[in-house]
Amino acid sequence: MPANIFPILAAQASPEVIDRIPSSYSHFVIPFVAGITFFLVWIFVGFIRVLIQLNHDDRMKFWTSLLNPITAGKNIRDLFCDCLFHTKIWQRKPLLGYMHSAIAFGWFMLIVLGHVEVALFVPKHLSYGEGGLFYPIFYRYFVWIRPGHESLRGAFFFFLMDFFLLYVLTGIGLAMFKRFRSIVLGMRHTTKPSLADRVALYSLWMIFPLRLLAESFTADLSGGSFLTLGMNHLLHFLFGDKLYFQPFWWAYSICLGTFFAAMPFSRYMHILTEVLWILFRNAGLKPSHPRKGVAEAEIYACSSCGLCLDACPMNVQKKNLKYSSVYFIRFLRRHNERKIAEIADKCLMCDKCHALCPVSVDAPALRRAQRQTTNDHLPYDYSYLATVPVKLYEPATPRHPEPATPRHPELDSGSNSSKVLYFAGCMSHLTPRIIKAVEEIFKKAGIEYVFADREGGICCGRPLLLAGKTEAAAKTMDANKSMIKASGCKTLVLSCPICYKVFKEEYNLVGIRVVHYTQYFKELIDAGKLNVGKSQEKIVYHDPCELGRGCNVYEEPRTVLRQVGDLVKAGHEYDESICCGGSLGSLTLSQNDRRKITDAAIKDLTVASPDTIVTACPLCLKTFSERSTVPVKDFAEVLTTHCA
Amino acid sequence: MVDFGFGLLASSRINLDLFDKEKFDSLAAAEPDVRKCIACGSCTAVCTAGKFTPTSLRAAIEELQNGRDEVAMNMLKGCQLCGKCTMVCPRGINTRHLILSIAKIYSKKK
Repeated sequence: MPANIFPILAAQASPEVIDRIPSSYSHFVIPFVAGITFFLVWIFVGFIRVLIQLNHDDRMKFWTSLLNPITAGKNIRDLFCDCLFHTKIWQRKPLLGYMHSAIAFGWFMLIVLGHVEVALFVPKHLSYGEGGLFYPIFYRYFVWIRPGHESLRGAFFFFLMDFFLLYVLTGIGLAMFKRFRSIVLGMRHTTKPSLADRVALYSLWMIFPLRLLAESFTADLSGGSFLTLGMNHLLHFLFGDKLYFQPFWWAYSICLGTFFAAMPFSRYMHILTEVLWILFRNAGLKPSHPRKGVAEAEIYACSSCGLCLDACPMNVQKKNLKYSSVYFIRFLRRHNERKIAEIADKCLMCDKCHALCPVSVDAPALRRAQRQTTNDHLPYDYSYLATVPVKLYEPATPRHPEPATPRHPELDSGSNSSKVLYFAGCMSHLTPRIIKAVEEIFKKAGIEYVFADREGGICCGRPLLLAGKTEAAAKTMDANKSMIKASGCKTLVLSCPICYKVFKEEYNLVGIRVVHYTQYFKELIDAGKLNVGKSQEKIVYHDPCELGRGCNVYEEPRTVLRQVGDLVKAGHEYDESICCGGSLGSLTLSQNDRRKITDAAIKDLTVASPDTIVTACPLCLKTFSERSTVPVKDFAEVLTTHCA
Repeated sequence: MVDFGFGLLASSRINLDLFDKEKFDSLAAAEPDVRKCIACGSCTAVCTAGKFTPTSLRAAIEELQNGRDEVAMNMLKGCQLCGKCTMVCPRGINTRHLILSIAKIYSKKK
């Protein structure tokens, strides 16, 4: 039938159903229609507002990303995986993943199937003039089966609808259980819901049981499957032949209406905002203001699920729960300036909340944007950077035990193209054992190198960026950039992950390869330039935040360490690893609080009682060394002791 | 005035009347660690910026207490917040936040 191919055009209802109320209206839909209309207007206005707040470049980036087939494909995949199936939660906590996907995907399928049913059986009601806004939602109320005309496709839909309703109900059941015993679902801490959250939460809980009741009361007339028909028989058994279904449809409609009306003020705003945020995220947009544009989409995309509470290293002490990203975002939403500033400065910027967030809300970026508002305009004077002498040191030779006299790089930059430039950075200079080990390995592997900052250089700029002093950081980076370019080297090796991240991401060093020493030494071993021997030493590796979560370097150090010893597991590894507590990210966290984090991290690292803790960051090395009873060594140090 | 043939150099004279207690108190409220400093100078010894331009947190704190806010600010304007001073401070002072707080409070005109 052509009418079924273009169902919207068909005016006639399918023969197997009775279009019970041709006027397509009943009073009970009012609460729902009022709620959803308010909600739709709200999100439309919000969407326009966000688009207007974006700066011109970001807006162009956003539109072009939608047309790019690769990003478009990624968008579709992410929308299904992150919004509906919640694969990221499944991977970490299956029961919690089931709960979220049951509610999200189950509800999504109920809505989609409701529309399909309308399209197949009473197509004219898809049009908004004929009740299209509410018809698919209350389909069972408006459309009844014509006795004697039951069809297979009808039964198929009844089964699907009952199946997905049951699916959602199991999710809701778990959600209710989670309120009382969250640990069963794998969450030590959950967020405290606000008032609007509670209103939305309780109405959300009620929506599906009421839907079950309403549909069960009409199931003998409107059709149903194993769940609703079964319930219907039970209700007939309890209340006799005639069932008054009207009150339940009213209650169902009121609950839906309440939910949608409360949604803009509650955490459930994430259901639709996360779609926008995923599109922004995949377009590569970053917040430049803590509240406007991209940030607004990000703030409203936070589902307040509280997975970042257990993730946050500050929460080894319960008193610091309030500094977690979820509360930071909540206060941003509420414009609570005092709390926003306090929480923004506390964070260690370890990025774990970002890495584990189900929709990758980049809270550290928001905190950085917030810090920028208070710190970027603070006075500074970097005019001295122009006068910093560029001194590049050749390694000391046995004949000249002292480092050779620094030469002006301009004079011999051409001869350096085959050499490696080593930049130790401020922190490595405070832990010179790293520098010693790195130089030793260079020598053993016969690598010709130039030491950029043997007698001290300037900072890489990352600490300034983390403190929100973007403009000052840019000046610093410019100075370093000209130093690196002048050296003529084509490879830059760094022994500090803080430097590595900023050199790799912000410097835009065209034609120069930026590598962390863990990566570079692995290459040397792979190329046979460096021979390592295996020992029985039990080694545990600590992922520095800036290297692991920051730059996605997890495997290189591990591969090397497996070759030199027995690499054992820590309690939390890879993107779940715990910050050492020494991070430069935090501006105001006290030494006491930091020490507790350090102790927790050490305890977690030593669960398999290793002989040595190995890390690849001078800051982690120093922080752990102060508190650990297990010897702490740097990656390069371990390598030198196992080098042939 | 009788000229005795010697005098005090104006530049090295400490005038405690210039000490702005209110500002220093608000600094101590923002970062209480400022009162923990024992002026050991570790921060200055390791300072990255200090290698190239006069930068000293130790001196800056002292100058603030001597009422020479301008001199103190000049001591810190080259700071790159690299955090080496935090790592070496024997008193565990949160130096980076202290430097930011000084900039915040003392850059405001009265």
